[in-house]
Amino acid sequence: MSKQENTENKKFSIWDLPDVPMGQLPPHLQLQRTRVVCKADAPIHTDNIIYSGAYASMGIDNSVHLGSFRDNFKVEVIRLTKDDMEFDMIGIDAAIANSFRRILISELPTMAIEKVLIANNTSLIQDEVLSHRLGLIPISADPRLFEYLSANDTPNEKNTIVFKLHVRCKRGEPRRTVYSEELKWLPNGSEFIKESEKVDTKPSTYTSFTCSQDSLQNSSSKPIGPAEDKIILAKLGPGQEIELEAHAVKGIGKTHAKWSPVATAWYRMLPEVVLLEDVEDETAEELKKKCPVNVFDIEDIGNGKKRATVARPRACTLCRECIRGEEWDKRVALRRVKDHFIFTIESAGALPPEVLFPEAVKILEDKCERVITELS
Amino acid sequence: MGLMQADHSTGNQEPNVGEFIDKQKLTAPIKSAVDKFALLPEFLKVRGLVKQHLDSFNYFVNIGIKKIVRANDRIVSTVDPGIYLRFKDVRIGTPSVMVDTISEQLSPHMCRLSDMTYAAPIMVNVEYIQGSHDQKTRVEKNDVVIGRMPIMLRSRSCVLYGKDEAELARLGECPLDPGGYFVIKGTEKVILIQEQLSKNRIIIDTDKKGNINASVTSSTEATKSKTVIQMEKEKIYLCLNQFAKKIPIMVVIKAMGMESDQEVVQMLGRDPRYGALLLPSIEECSGLNIYTQQKALEYLEGKVKMSTYASYSSGKENRALGILRDVFVANVPVHKNNFRPKCIYVAVMLRRMMEAMLNKDALDDKDYVGNKRLELSGQLISLLFEDLFKTMITEVQRTIDNVLTKQNRSSRFDLSQYLVRDSITNGLERTLSTGNFDVKRFKMHRKGMTQVLVRLSFIASLGHMTRVSPQFEKSRKVSGPRALQPSQWGMLCPCDTPEGEACGLVKNLALMTHVTTDEEEGPLISLCYCLGVEDLELLSGEELHSPNSFLVIFNGLILGKHRRPQHFATAMRKLRRAGKVGEFVSVFVNEKQCTVYIASDGGRVCRPLVIADKGVSRIKEHHMKELLDGVRTFDDFIREGLIEYLDVNEENNSLIALYEAEATAETTHIEIEPFTILGVIAGLIPFPHHNQSPRNTYQCAMGKQAMGNIAYNQLFRMDSLLYLLVYPQRPLLTTRTIELVGYDKLGAGQNATVAVMSYSGYDIEDAIVMNKASLDRGFGRCIVMKKYSDTINYKYENGAADRILRPPRTEERERVLDDDGLAAPGEIIRPGDIYINKESPVETRGQLKSAAALADIKYRPNRSTFKGPEGESCVVDRVALSSDRNNNLSIKFIIRHTRRPELGDKFSSRHGQKGVCGTIVQQEDFPFSERGICPDLIMNPHGFPSRMTVGKMIELLGGKAGVSCGRFHYGSAFGEPSGHADTVEAISETLVNHRFSYNGKDFIYSGITGCPLQAYIFMGPIYYQKLKHMVLDKMHARGSGPRVMLTRQPTEGRARNGGLRVGEMERDCLIAYGASMLLYERLMLSSDPFEVQVCRVCGLLGYYNQKLRTGICSTCKNGDNISTMKLPYACKLLIQELQSMNVVPRLKLAEA
Ligand code: SF4
Repeated sequence: MSKQENTENKKFSIWDLPDVPMGQLPPHLQLQRTRVVCKADAPIHTDNIIYSGAYASMGIDNSVHLGSFRDNFKVEVIRLTKDDMEFDMIGIDAAIANSFRRILISELPTMAIEKVLIANNTSLIQDEVLSHRLGLIPISADPRLFEYLSANDTPNEKNTIVFKLHVRCKRGEPRRTVYSEELKWLPNGSEFIKESEKVDTKPSTYTSFTCSQDSLQNSSSKPIGPAEDKIILAKLGPGQEIELEAHAVKGIGKTHAKWSPVATAWYRMLPEVVLLEDVEDETAEELKKKCPVNVFDIEDIGNGKKRATVARPRACTLCRECIRGEEWDKRVALRRVKDHFIFTIESAGALPPEVLFPEAVKILEDKCERVITELS
Repeated sequence: MGLMQADHSTGNQEPNVGEFIDKQKLTAPIKSAVDKFALLPEFLKVRGLVKQHLDSFNYFVNIGIKKIVRANDRIVSTVDPGIYLRFKDVRIGTPSVMVDTISEQLSPHMCRLSDMTYAAPIMVNVEYIQGSHDQKTRVEKNDVVIGRMPIMLRSRSCVLYGKDEAELARLGECPLDPGGYFVIKGTEKVILIQEQLSKNRIIIDTDKKGNINASVTSSTEATKSKTVIQMEKEKIYLCLNQFAKKIPIMVVIKAMGMESDQEVVQMLGRDPRYGALLLPSIEECSGLNIYTQQKALEYLEGKVKMSTYASYSSGKENRALGILRDVFVANVPVHKNNFRPKCIYVAVMLRRMMEAMLNKDALDDKDYVGNKRLELSGQLISLLFEDLFKTMITEVQRTIDNVLTKQNRSSRFDLSQYLVRDSITNGLERTLSTGNFDVKRFKMHRKGMTQVLVRLSFIASLGHMTRVSPQFEKSRKVSGPRALQPSQWGMLCPCDTPEGEACGLVKNLALMTHVTTDEEEGPLISLCYCLGVEDLELLSGEELHSPNSFLVIFNGLILGKHRRPQHFATAMRKLRRAGKVGEFVSVFVNEKQCTVYIASDGGRVCRPLVIADKGVSRIKEHHMKELLDGVRTFDDFIREGLIEYLDVNEENNSLIALYEAEATAETTHIEIEPFTILGVIAGLIPFPHHNQSPRNTYQCAMGKQAMGNIAYNQLFRMDSLLYLLVYPQRPLLTTRTIELVGYDKLGAGQNATVAVMSYSGYDIEDAIVMNKASLDRGFGRCIVMKKYSDTINYKYENGAADRILRPPRTEERERVLDDDGLAAPGEIIRPGDIYINKESPVETRGQLKSAAALADIKYRPNRSTFKGPEGESCVVDRVALSSDRNNNLSIKFIIRHTRRPELGDKFSSRHGQKGVCGTIVQQEDFPFSERGICPDLIMNPHGFPSRMTVGKMIELLGGKAGVSCGRFHYGSAFGEPSGHADTVEAISETLVNHRFSYNGKDFIYSGITGCPLQAYIFMGPIYYQKLKHMVLDKMHARGSGPRVMLTRQPTEGRARNGGLRVGEMERDCLIAYGASMLLYERLMLSSDPFEVQVCRVCGLLGYYNQKLRTGICSTCKNGDNISTMKLPYACKLLIQELQSMNVVPRLKLAEA
């Protein structure tokens, strides 16, 4: 602090200072509350201020009001394809956005192959490894139509989907690759006969279906089967053969990643790039060049002068090129909006992404209800 | 060439200075940096990775064995000298085995599977006398088999030689397997490279007392001896094993016929200092009154050790002379009792000693690589074969003598029938399988020369083939031989050495090292004379050391001297470059010693270098282009004198530039690639030059424990233990070495996305946190295959045989058995399951039974049950049946177990950073990046500061750039200037172009709170290896269990289900804490409590009489004063053991 300032400070008593405006946060606190500031060395203000009385001294109520939430909350779908979706979720807390993410990854049920009955496998790939590979194939079947198979249940049409795979590479033929499309759905259940002690009883199979699963398949949805056709399962040399039956059951990603309905689901906070001072001419050019995703544009401000503007902040990947170097962190500030989430869901193929998210919401709802009932 | 050019340029320099500078600039040959890297794959293609083993063995098969047979080519009967057998030629056939008198071709893989030896017949052409006294006929016979020689895989005689990939695959062989080992009785055996001090060279050294001595280890075909000349108290002595005492050196010289002291002094040189140093020795000699050869010999006679040389045949008088001729510096030959060369040799030794005395720098360094020779499999086998061959000859001689002395022998006497073949076959096989070399003639008894080839991973077996094992014992606490020698540069890997006791002693060859084999000496010697070497015979002693003339020493033998040594050396080198002289002959001018050393002996390490003329590489762009086009091979480069091999000594005469750009006018050679100073294993480390050096050494040890693929034929091998990775990957950050050795095809690790951050506290002490979803998807999954084998004995003493029964299938544990009584492949096997339903006869001894009696012989079940980890599902992978050497059925089972990583499994990156899995965390709890990337594992940043493995950080950056731009990045050692390693700047640029931060740190959200983390996290792919140490194989706990019989204490070790020991230190803790009852319980009650009866009177142990129900003291013969007390059983045992030694321990009891 310089001397001048010191003397100035002496003249003023603290009471002379203007009052903190009530009912409104000073800008720096507002920034702290709503933005993550990404400095060159580390991001700061990353946490949410949750305590409702955090700003009580300034007359500000920090608690969440359902009404204002209802007014401010917005969801905008940006992109939707067969297996991925990007949407903005605005006006929500990170914790809740994260809950959706977590539920999507680990708590939404899907069908996946859990049990493999191998009748013959003379290929190079070991039984366990082959089973593991089969397990990881996403199955396109609506899990909502099935029940969980518990330990002492018998596999029936309500909880099990049966596939069979019988491939062989004849002698004299070239080597061949086995793809997931060769898995055949058996709507009537297992065809393998169980060895039983009693000879006279009717031969039983490994499942006990009472009716065919054909009815499950309505014309609109995709047929039950692997979500992708060209997943390599094994390679067969001449004379090798694989014959097996795979039983898919319902499960959740927490148990094993194969039941996870998403390849991944994640969000990022909306980037906000702010120019702290006017960046003009060569520096502007330089700034424009620095950014690998073209966040900045240059506009003419007359008399041959140019000025940098922030044109596409959303594209910013936070590579921090624009604040690299001495001066630059004074010119540009990189920020993240704390309550604006760009959510991406990559579906693995069992359910379309636009179905996945509402399902996740439902699960969270159920959980909340459970908590409420437990509490009351 | 070089010289002529030099003359030319000096001629040009005359006119004036200004012009001269310009001219030199203009006329200077244009330097262009030619990328010589392409030479390397070519080099390795020609020579293979284990060329030293192959070359050495090939030399033995092609030349060595012929030499041996030629040297011992006759078997002559001592009874009738007219009867003889002469070996005319010897050769080694193709590997085969005799099956019922039919010879069957062998392939190595067949041998591995059926426990056979991969050997080829040794065939000789013989000429011998048939018949006896009166009717002798000379008969010739070709291709007589005298034994079987184990064949080194991929050598000239191997069926795999020159085969392409498809042919190798048909033979069941992996094309990447380097060969260089033997298959003995089904196990792969490597003969380790042995490091020795060079033979036949003068080494000046000091002993413990600081006395200077000169020693020569002589080794000729006939003898091996060690001669030491020692300086003690100003006087010089000779120490030789055959003499009981030290002999004054002047006496020895006089005994060799050099009676004049003056001549001796002259031979040392004009310098008066040398004369002065010799004076005390001369005085001592005259003090002994020895002036003539006669006197000297008489003196020596008295000092000869009686026992050792008793066998010497010629009379007593000649014994001393005989020793001097045959044992004393045996490498200098004595023709017709001309001892002059030997005198000169001694004079040179003396002179070198005196030089060392005057100037300590002249001492030789024993650890200098130039003074070392590497003994390879070929040399060792040739020693062995020679011994066995000679033994066979004497054996045959003895038998024919026996036969000939017999009176009633048949007239048809066929000598060739007596050639036995089993002794050589068995001798070779036994030695190679046990590794104990016992060659009696050379008093060689060495143990552990062969080892079972490590097949833990591909890289481990490669590393095993390049290992150099020392001759010294490992226990010595000396630092000299362990230290890194500057002369190791480029020859031996500076990184790859084990930790612990063998540290620095066991070494590994560098990538380009070649080990020479012997070369014919005769032509080279005459060549030297042709090039102007003045013969020793024609020189007077005075002339020997006259200034500006150099001695010429060829393989330790003084040939003579040369007046223009540099000329001579250049001429020799030119001849070598022109291909007139063997490419591995080295010429070394030692200016200090005024000597030119020429070496053509085997075992020297050397490496190829590009020749430069006045700093300009001889290899030009067009050469390399031709190489890439395939019209030029590595051998062409040598033949045309563009590249030559330099050994360690000759390197001292050259100035080697690392890069062409750095070359100056004095430069004589240019390195091919700097990363070749590292060996095969150290070559796998990316950016090793950025790491702290011990880290690279640690990685070299750990790389061998990494799981992965071991060979293309891994699933067809029957290894006793095999670790495989289910989804091995090739490293994203490769090095040139990785590509050269084929590690990219047989990788041993996976590219894991690593976040360097602290997480959960379960990552202390290098532990890593793993993502459960990654493990679910197959990261770190591995297969462990174990071999279980059993033999079915078909012939017991009484003719009975084991049998395998079809299981009745009544018991659960017979579940996995097939109808043939053996477990079926593909069955899931649990502990306790039977895998062979075998029955053995109750009675196996006694009389041979008739067929009828055999039928109703009694059997008892002798099933093999599987003992594996409880609760794990193992699978029978393969079942193999073969017959062993006793024609019994041998059944082998491979049991497979697939494991996913669990808590406590060991992982390591390629930078010596090992860590165990500390916790496994759900994917949703893992942090994720802006792009949704979730790491596979989290490593704690505290692993970096103290380890200083900057290379690992660069690997992460490079790997990240690699995955984002789709190009494998390189990190070869010292590769940045030559473009074999990507620079950090370039990597950062790629990262920025792909929207990452230049420093590799990402903006990360916490998976638990959902908020961003307050730091940017260093995240990217690193190649991680799973090491073979897994919790499942190690975890152990027990309650009560088995005890040792003798002490009744719990057994030790996991294998025996042993107890966990409360050791000394644990005991100390408990004492310090005061937990005495706990101690009592642990050390006594839970261990070996025992009740004893102690006599209070005599203090000895009594016994408890069950009938009287009292304790009785057997010494006092009553039960009056008996107390019962508890004692550890081990204590009671000690008391009794002491008693058995006549020590009486008495217990004095007091009231408790
Ligand atoms: S951080 Fe990188 S992507 Fe974002 S604006 Fe700056 S330069 Fe562009």
